[in-house]
Amino acid sequence: MLISLFFRCRLLNKQKQAGFLAMVLMLFLSLASGLAQSLETPQDGLAIGRQLLAEDNPGDLWTERGKRLFHSNRGPKNKSLETCDLGLGPGITKGAFAQLPRYFNDTKSVQDLESRLLTCMVEIQGFARAELISRRFGTLDQDSDIEALVAFIGSDSNNLPMNIGLSHPLERVMYETGKILFYRRSGPLDFACMTCHGETGKRVRLQDLPNMTKKEEIQQAVTTGWPAYRGTHSTVRTMQHRLSDCNWQMRLPDLNYASDLSVAITTFLNYSANGGLIKLPGVRR
Amino acid sequence: MAEPMKIRATLKNNMAEIRVLVAHPMETGQRKDATGAIVPTHFIHSMTVHLNETLVYDGQWSQAISRNPVFALRIKGAKIGDKVVVHWMDNKNDKRNDEITLQA
Repeated sequence: MLISLFFRCRLLNKQKQAGFLAMVLMLFLSLASGLAQSLETPQDGLAIGRQLLAEDNPGDLWTERGKRLFHSNRGPKNKSLETCDLGLGPGITKGAFAQLPRYFNDTKSVQDLESRLLTCMVEIQGFARAELISRRFGTLDQDSDIEALVAFIGSDSNNLPMNIGLSHPLERVMYETGKILFYRRSGPLDFACMTCHGETGKRVRLQDLPNMTKKEEIQQAVTTGWPAYRGTHSTVRTMQHRLSDCNWQMRLPDLNYASDLSVAITTFLNYSANGGLIKLPGVRR
Repeated sequence: MAEPMKIRATLKNNMAEIRVLVAHPMETGQRKDATGAIVPTHFIHSMTVHLNETLVYDGQWSQAISRNPVFALRIKGAKIGDKVVVHWMDNKNDKRNDEITLQA
């Protein structure tokens, strides 16, 4: 196009040529500045889309369902989860997400929200653990109760800061383990979490990935991250789902649901996000 | 029994903006389940909105509407204390009626 413009310019006389060039230049300049004003980077467009989605977040439907599930009598023992201790006392959900994962005396282990929910649903409601795990991730044919419960409990800590204590020695061990897992490359692709999440603006697809080594970005990622409604899945997904998917993307052996390994990474990430204000459920592509 | 809708309403200069989040599978009849069987159509075919007793929206929907759709409309001449009632019915005769009172 520029070449043809050049030839056309040559055909014109000199005065006209100067005028024409100036006009073209002005056109380009105005176009460029117009674009620059509306969209500085591709991320700005995404931010607009995310804002629109967040205003009517379908994840809220999961939150509502989770609330009903939490308070209703279910399972073989026909009990509600109102006696489930998420770390702040039986049945207390407000602020529970903000201090998980943490050490629990009864199970003698560090648990994240999902592994704790499994414990409660098995111990209190009498569900079979294997069956709960087989239905942990919802499909279009069958919703997952755990996803709804996580959405409800997560959103009940909204506007509270992440506050992981690491007061128990085992919590410290989990944190250190998670840190190693995050930074150490492994597997056939020689990937670590760090490979994708250690650089601002890094992309492995259209959207940029959060840089988990920067305080602000990890706070944003954790506090508005999971549970989040995923548009491409038409359901709310949890942190365990994100981790197992990341694991699969790195071609590592499957990450067992609610395993110590997954809790360790969550402990490391959530502790690193301490202080960030929780806003859940999030919205993701 | 269907899941409740989530309704938000904001009132600005006698203009109410109603935003409704509907929990519905909205099956098109094109999708296959895990066993390979076609999932039968299941969609909202009728949607109405009443402001107090007055019908302000009467819509016929189809399978083309997305799963868990967001539906928004603006109503002129609404005031604080007015009742907005949203009702839908699907092709399996499942229905849901939810309401909200307009607040400042």
